[in-house]
Amino acid sequence: MKVELHSLQDTQRFAEKMADACRGHQIVITMDGDLGAGKTTWTQWFGKALGITAVINSPTFTILKDYTQGNGEPFHHIDAYRLEGIQQDLGFEDCFDEGICVVEWASYIRDQIPDDHIAMSWQEGIDEDRTVTVTATGPTSRAILEGTIC
Amino acid sequence: MIVLGIESSCDETAVAVVKDRKEVLSSVVASQIDVHKEFGGVVPEVASRIHVENISYLIEDALKQAHLTMNDIDAVAVTKGPGLIGCLHVGVQAAKTLAFAFHKPLVPVHHIAAHIYANELVTDLHYPVLALVVSGGHTQLIYMKEESSFEILGQTQDDAIGEAFDKVARVMDLGYPGGPKIDKLAKQGKNIYPLPKPKAKGKYDMSFSGLKSGVLQFTKRCARNHETYNDADLACSFQETALNEIFDKIRLILDDYPDIRHFVVGGGVSANSRLREKVEELKDEYPDVTFTVPPMACCTDNATMIAVAGTIAYEHGVRGDASLTADSSWEIQ
Repeated sequence: MKVELHSLQDTQRFAEKMADACRGHQIVITMDGDLGAGKTTWTQWFGKALGITAVINSPTFTILKDYTQGNGEPFHHIDAYRLEGIQQDLGFEDCFDEGICVVEWASYIRDQIPDDHIAMSWQEGIDEDRTVTVTATGPTSRAILEGTIC
Repeated sequence: MIVLGIESSCDETAVAVVKDRKEVLSSVVASQIDVHKEFGGVVPEVASRIHVENISYLIEDALKQAHLTMNDIDAVAVTKGPGLIGCLHVGVQAAKTLAFAFHKPLVPVHHIAAHIYANELVTDLHYPVLALVVSGGHTQLIYMKEESSFEILGQTQDDAIGEAFDKVARVMDLGYPGGPKIDKLAKQGKNIYPLPKPKAKGKYDMSFSGLKSGVLQFTKRCARNHETYNDADLACSFQETALNEIFDKIRLILDDYPDIRHFVVGGGVSANSRLREKVEELKDEYPDVTFTVPPMACCTDNATMIAVAGTIAYEHGVRGDASLTADSSWEIQ
């Protein structure tokens, strides 16, 4: 499905809806889109809605940041930006096996992403306009997305 | 007191031996020795596997260069966090093994605290201290009432400043690493392009993501309208806006905390020449405060800072035991 966002408030509402749908599930969400498309901003609202109280800032440098959701489940925030062209197993499967995991620049580690995940592709318009294409790639992700009315 | 420090929180694997906080007996970083060749070419140091391959050589090398053996070492210090978990584990396991095998005290160290204490290599810290830590992964303003006490007054709410420099350099096709390229280009430019002023929630907090996107929007808008822009002017406008975001907050803090006696900088972005100029400007405005920007060798990720921080933590009674484990998002304390 395609979601049209016209303001930061839209991004926040969309993130909160997704959080409601994902809460309590074990799921990987991949995000692709240009620099400044809104991936980290969306993740900040998403994490906040999941009950994370710590500051969610960019994981680009450390590649992975770990948080705890309000329900005690883990939340992993991965950024593969610096992993372009790298052919090594970095052990991400541990993160994919528990809680909720958001992966930015997922195309750089495509081979390591579980088959069943939610894929979000961000397209940038003018100013705050964004188009997000959300795709379910398996039964678990499909069941989660059916719960949202985006 | 002689401390062996181990750092493996991210890209660099490093080991150093430091005597009495001040005297560097040896310091080796993975990229400086011939391990790459041995293991099949230049591989980015992101994988913990590479840390595993490097660390034993580095420990051996650091001891050899210091003309010491493990028997001469009084304590083993190691970065416990924050950083990339798989990488941190390698250093922590190596330190635990050394400490256990040679019956030495083990001291866990906070990576950011170590960046601040690196200043001990060139000066004596006068407390209360205000520390600015700026790197590819961190942007924080930390108040230290006394040694071993840390209060984060402000931090980035999104991108680290070094990351913003790298990403803007990518947008402008300047290549990697972006920091030095923008610094150099900005010297020939003027601050003439209006870019979005960062907005962060907390009084002393900072933000760089909106500014980064602002540069991207600016270049796209120019392309859409078939307008040209000057690279040097854009680099200069971006750099000034980003640094002003930090220095506005530093001034606010120095005004609100008149007890601060010493301002220090740590982290790789302190190499930026304009940042150093701006610290010089502060010297005139705040004559009662001592300002220190250490030489680059102290600012980038290395293990001397871990050994220095380990010495200080040891003196404050900090010890790790067999249960010590890495913590990727360890809060400074």
